[in-house]
Amino acid sequence: MSAEADQVTATRRSGAVAGAPTVAGGVLDVRELPSFGFSHRSVMWWGTAGLMAIESTVFALAIVVYFYLRTHSELWPMRSPPPELLWGTLNTVVMIVSLWPNQLAKRAAMKLDKSGVQLWLSVCTVLGFLILMLRGLELTALNVRWDTDAYGSIVWMIMLLHTTHLVTDTWDTTVLDVLFFTGPLEGKRYVDVNENAIYWNFVVLSWLPTYAVIYFGPRG
Amino acid sequence: MTVSGTASPPRLNSVPPSAEDAAALERTWRDPPGLLGWLAAINHKEIGKRFIVTAFGFFVAGGLLAAAMRLQLAQPDNRLIGPDLYNQIFTMHGTTMMFLFAVPVMQAMSIYLVPLMIGSRSVAFPRMNAYGYWIYLFGGLMLFVAFALNIGPDAGWFSYVPLAGPDYSPGKRVDFWAQMITFTELSALIEAVILITGVLKLRAPGMTLNRIPLFVWGMLVTAFMVMFAMPAVMLASTALITDRLVATHFYNPAEGGDAILWQHLFWFFGHPEVYLIFIPGLGFMSAIIPTFARRPIFGYSAMVLSLIATAFLAFGLWVHHMFATNLPELGKSFFTAVSMMIAIPSAVQIFCWLATLWTGKLVFKTPLLFTFAFFFVLVLGGMTGIILASVPLDLQVHDTYFVVAHLHYVLIGGAVFPLFGAFYYWFPKITGRMLSERLGRWNFWLFLIGFNVTFFPMHMLGLQGMPRRVYTYGAEMGWSNLNALASLGALTIAISMLLFVINVWRSLRHGAVAGPNPWNAGTLEWSTPSPPPACNFEAIPVVGGRDPLWEPGGVRGHVAGLAVDSRELLMTTVLDAEPETRESFPEPTIWPFVGAVATTVFFIGSIFTPWAIVWGSVPVAIALTAWFWPKRRENTAHLALERAP
Amino acid sequence: MGAELRRRAFALVAAAVAAASAGAAFAQGRTPVVPGAHDALAVAGPQAAQIGELWNLTVFICTAVFCAILLGVVFALWRSGRARDDEPADLSSIGRHERGPYLSVLWSVGVSIVLLLVLVVASVVTDRALARMSLENAVNIDVTGHQWWWELRYGGDKPSDSFTTANELHIPVGRPVILKLRADDVIHSFWVPSLAGKKDLIPGRTATLHFRADQAGRYRGQCAEFCGFQHAFMAFEVIAEPPDRYDAWVAAQRQPAAEPTDAGARRGQEVFLGSACIMCHAIEGTTAGARKAPDLTHLASRTTIAAGTLPNRSAELARWIANPQEFKPGTNMPATALPADDMRALVAYLESLK
Repeated sequence: MSAEADQVTATRRSGAVAGAPTVAGGVLDVRELPSFGFSHRSVMWWGTAGLMAIESTVFALAIVVYFYLRTHSELWPMRSPPPELLWGTLNTVVMIVSLWPNQLAKRAAMKLDKSGVQLWLSVCTVLGFLILMLRGLELTALNVRWDTDAYGSIVWMIMLLHTTHLVTDTWDTTVLDVLFFTGPLEGKRYVDVNENAIYWNFVVLSWLPTYAVIYFGPRG
Repeated sequence: MTVSGTASPPRLNSVPPSAEDAAALERTWRDPPGLLGWLAAINHKEIGKRFIVTAFGFFVAGGLLAAAMRLQLAQPDNRLIGPDLYNQIFTMHGTTMMFLFAVPVMQAMSIYLVPLMIGSRSVAFPRMNAYGYWIYLFGGLMLFVAFALNIGPDAGWFSYVPLAGPDYSPGKRVDFWAQMITFTELSALIEAVILITGVLKLRAPGMTLNRIPLFVWGMLVTAFMVMFAMPAVMLASTALITDRLVATHFYNPAEGGDAILWQHLFWFFGHPEVYLIFIPGLGFMSAIIPTFARRPIFGYSAMVLSLIATAFLAFGLWVHHMFATNLPELGKSFFTAVSMMIAIPSAVQIFCWLATLWTGKLVFKTPLLFTFAFFFVLVLGGMTGIILASVPLDLQVHDTYFVVAHLHYVLIGGAVFPLFGAFYYWFPKITGRMLSERLGRWNFWLFLIGFNVTFFPMHMLGLQGMPRRVYTYGAEMGWSNLNALASLGALTIAISMLLFVINVWRSLRHGAVAGPNPWNAGTLEWSTPSPPPACNFEAIPVVGGRDPLWEPGGVRGHVAGLAVDSRELLMTTVLDAEPETRESFPEPTIWPFVGAVATTVFFIGSIFTPWAIVWGSVPVAIALTAWFWPKRRENTAHLALERAP
Repeated sequence: MGAELRRRAFALVAAAVAAASAGAAFAQGRTPVVPGAHDALAVAGPQAAQIGELWNLTVFICTAVFCAILLGVVFALWRSGRARDDEPADLSSIGRHERGPYLSVLWSVGVSIVLLLVLVVASVVTDRALARMSLENAVNIDVTGHQWWWELRYGGDKPSDSFTTANELHIPVGRPVILKLRADDVIHSFWVPSLAGKKDLIPGRTATLHFRADQAGRYRGQCAEFCGFQHAFMAFEVIAEPPDRYDAWVAAQRQPAAEPTDAGARRGQEVFLGSACIMCHAIEGTTAGARKAPDLTHLASRTTIAAGTLPNRSAELARWIANPQEFKPGTNMPATALPADDMRALVAYLESLK
């Protein structure tokens, strides 16, 4: 908390930021307020939360479509073997592992630690590209084409939906990483790193039920 | 992070704002001049005006399409328009009205009005807001260019498969429709996130959640619905494009797909979609009625709960569009019950408005007239909705002109009449001029009479066996007279719209000059000059009541200490609007426009080849990265104001 | 309104009338058919009748509610005071519980809920009643929807008793009819308003519709799901006949096509078998066996052709065969150019297929 907060008369109300200014003589002076905030105190957090809500809905609907088509069919998969487990499981492990440097990047951002962010964001970027490569291998091992039948179509749709998120998030991470080396930087950029980390958590966590459906749906 | 060592400290606003403050704020918040400035504009009022004008343009286009349909149907066995063109016309009419007018115009009104109503200077993501507008514009233009080239979609606004699939709709027509969905749904989702963030975080201090205007509640609820409804049509239309372009089999029964899957996905979106249109209309009603009844609305809490209940229930109705399919009968009965239940929160709203009118003192101006049309037209549409909710009754009138009548009664009665009331109500705020009351009354009465003459006969036509989406009918069917009457009514509506346009045109030049608050209303947007300055409020008010301009202590003070040379906004807490942070907002830039052009190339390219997804994404990535990349000058200005949490 | 405005308005009306009249010039001579009954409220069978009763109850309640709300609005308009627009707002309601309006709203909502419950129950009861119609001694017909005609297949005790016809459904009065509904290409919908509600024909799915006609007569139906270019002209007829007439019709339909007796009809059969007709149309008893288009074995027994678009008379049949696109633009049947006497012979043959 900034030292100047002491100068401001604080009135504690539920939800209020400690040291929030109040109206005195018809004037509410806000110059002592911080100029950025983490988590729900930033608009970026809300934007990211909105995006995650929308994408969760898309994933949920895609999975519902998977099971709709499955109940509609006598055989599932219709005429192909289930997807190979190797690359998908390996990639899942790498994704889970990547949550750790992601969390460290997030923590460094909240402490406004520039070199910490540089380090861990770079690790995340490298991991992101590795995960994308593994995803490419996964896509060759699905054992079905999108135009074979409805089973193939929904499997590829779900995989490509998630892959799009991997691509965009890896790009976001790369751009932020480069920015932290070149500048210009301000407080808000640390907030961006924080939001990017939250979104990466979402991309990985949304993969887990997806992985279960794609790889074990046909084996259940 | 410490304050950077610039020569002079940044200038902050004082209360009351000085003349230098006002001038500096104007310079800071206005959009740059010139053509490049016009493309780089991000002021929410500028984007809002463009959005409203564009949406109204699509409304007129959709209306002309309807006029063509009514001309063709005015007589039996008519050969004015053949089946191919007619199918394109009714598809374009429905698609334009639903996707390019009805939802966007509501979002457009909220883009302009909501920051003013909540005491903010901007929407939450102004550049994204501009991008959302361009995407909407380009998507709509793409559709109409396709139509002009005789490759417009022709499978209906609802595009059922297998008719819309690769076997029975060859060529690119339906692909343009499906991709238009992608454009408009992207735009709508962006606007929804912007609105939710703004309403929850950018309100003026003291404007607790239970003090926000009911219109803002309506738009907040609508935005949440957009977020959960649009993904369904996004998924459905993407699957349709892939079925058509790369031979997937989502809807192909021969390979395990299902034609009904389309209907489920489409209507899971499609039913909430009509509430995306209706709920903002309810918001307009709640804004206009208190002002012209000279009292605060009766039952504010009940109204809010009704909006929320309506939004939830709206997601549980979709199967009532599918009663004629072979889904299990027990399931259908569930949807009958929910479809009838949703009438209850709407009834609460209607009774609360009636209570407000009954106990108020009425000022008979044009905006109030349009709200009366709601009670007549929407309620009648609601009654036919109850009829349609019943499975046995629906099985007779589904897919007939009875439904055409119903949908126009609820959409025009529930949304368009209130929208016109809203135009007359807020036109003075947006332009600084009053619309003519006299022309307003002519507009209103011709519209109301014309509407009923057009659509009431259609109830009978449906019962007499006339199905929807027919390009003509035989003279022997006995439908000729009612159709001729409906066409006459359509002409009357067209004339009333012409009067509206004339009213706007003349009033822009010669209308009576409007002060800040020509209606003596109570909400915050009426405290600014008309039109508002670029920064909206030279000093942000501190709010103490629901109708701040009416209640004593409604404005308890003003905010000082925000920068005047830099775009700085106050962020407050979600529930109680306590001041929380000062946030620096971005400046106008060309990148949203460039990004939208790149996205358009990406979307249109992928209609023709899947590889467009790969090479089209490169310019999009470049544009979005350039958009994000901070500029040194802005960065320095922000650092001068910086204070860590 | 200014004189200028009035002038412009009249000009607009005149232009519209002119355009509509020009449209009239385009309306060509399609000889009208005499349609069967097609009104959902003019019922001829128990399904439509049950629906009709629910209709009456629902419309009665809805009209009452509508009138009540309108009265509320009118009363509010009449009773409320008037204010000038600069009068200050009445803030007396802030922080105060308004008992009168509160009770009014509460009661109104309560009554609405009760009425809605009545309607839900009535709807579900009607639904059950419709499903519970007796199906004893039913006639089974398989309906397949095609782009822009109806294929009808009747079964029988023996497989050889089954026959295929098109667009005209004959049923016995007083016996239930069970239709199996399938679609060959896109979604269609089977709707005969005087007898029953509609049911969609969906590719990949089989749906069922039952109804019964309790009065003899002709009932018109029309496709009720947009299915492409000629959705507007995809009608069918349900002809409900006394049981003995129905049995006679079935017996006649089971026979193969009558061999042509006179020279003209014989020549017509040669023309038929020698032209592209047999690529799509079947006539039992000849070598023509394609099923892509309506079965013509007993064409002359039908009252209309082209799915209810034209009356079944020689002149119309000839015009239809020569250029189907004139009456149903976009239809799948190509034009058939024949020398005049060949066309006459062909029509004579087809008109002999009773």
